[in-house]
Amino acid sequence: MARITAGIGTSHVPAIGAAIDLGRTQDPDWKPIFDGYEWVKDWIKDNTPDVIILCYNDHASAMMLDIVPTFALGFAEEFEPADEGWGKRQVPTVYNHIELAGHIAEQLVIDEFDLTIMNDIDVDHGCTVPLSLVFGQPEEWPCKVIPLIVNVTQFPTPSANRCWQLGEAIRDAVRSFPQDLDVQIWGTGGMSHQLQGPRAGLINPEFDNAFLDRLGNEPDDLRTITRLEFLRESGSEGIELIMWLIMRAAMGYNVEELYRFYRVPASNTAVGHIVYKTPE
Amino acid sequence: MRTRLYPLEDLEDIPGTKVFTAKRSRQAYHLHKFCMSLMKAENREAFKKDERAYLDRFRMTEDQKQAVLDRDFNQLIELGGNIYFLVKLSNTDGWSTQRAVSSMTGMTPDQYAAMMREGGRSPTGQRSKRDRN
Repeated sequence: MARITAGIGTSHVPAIGAAIDLGRTQDPDWKPIFDGYEWVKDWIKDNTPDVIILCYNDHASAMMLDIVPTFALGFAEEFEPADEGWGKRQVPTVYNHIELAGHIAEQLVIDEFDLTIMNDIDVDHGCTVPLSLVFGQPEEWPCKVIPLIVNVTQFPTPSANRCWQLGEAIRDAVRSFPQDLDVQIWGTGGMSHQLQGPRAGLINPEFDNAFLDRLGNEPDDLRTITRLEFLRESGSEGIELIMWLIMRAAMGYNVEELYRFYRVPASNTAVGHIVYKTPE
Repeated sequence: MRTRLYPLEDLEDIPGTKVFTAKRSRQAYHLHKFCMSLMKAENREAFKKDERAYLDRFRMTEDQKQAVLDRDFNQLIELGGNIYFLVKLSNTDGWSTQRAVSSMTGMTPDQYAAMMREGGRSPTGQRSKRDRN
């Protein structure tokens, strides 16, 4: 039986990817950020799963122009890094676990989530920056990755509660997959940030830290945060945090928090990172 | 009637913020098509060689074309644009996202970077036009 053994939350700021790719991780502005990921880089060595379900949003790289899916599942054999206007990131190809992805796609639709299946997409920094932060710069990613892509760009995004429900359905889908697989789920994006207009640069550490505090043991409080509240409190791009709720819900009721990190800023953004494991 | 937690007009109540809706997406469709075309190296080269001629390949409005030529990101957002599309343009220019974003705030890139290093912009007074909180 497949099981979800751990969950990781992390921001996916594109400038973090650039700092890694350009060898700037020890620059004074960047070092404190990368120091915050040393713990997970060490932990993952002994806890590399077979498959990661990686929840992220596409930043107008593979979708959002001609097609705007609320929830989309990557269903190609492999995914190349997208060229976001400065050339592709020199990172490994992302390989899918087709059998588990297919099973999840079936189960989610049966459970009334009207999922979009993406048979040919490139993955952008939303997917590759979390992989770089956790795995560093390997020749190949050490496990399979199922991209789960959420619309957080065009209003209305799915609600916080809908993301929670999707996470619960993913948990059930993984548990009903017959093959013995160690699966992690990652929720990415956030924390507070705004990338537009005169209000750009907004950071709300109180909101972010309350979110991190409640995510482990009082996540029900987070399911009722409205889209409007996310926009007001965490900036127009802070609503990416709904993807952390997919991760948290997929882990079941009890989690053990192994590690947490919060730092302002990376480029325009508050960086948050958390690692949970499910009890044995 | 189904219940709603708040009137959708409230989305217009956030200071300095345009919420990107389906309507705005449609308004900016051809602008965004241009932005996404910059995901190919040969298109970036063609754009850099003759920006105006390249823009004329797209069914954008004259205002949108002028705002691209001016790199006026606030105006591009006013005309329907969304930052995730627009950064394809600033990436093509070799700008960092921080520089592109700072250009919308009335600050110099250095002033904006200093504000971010000091913890960013406080939400106090930035939540609601109506409530001024």
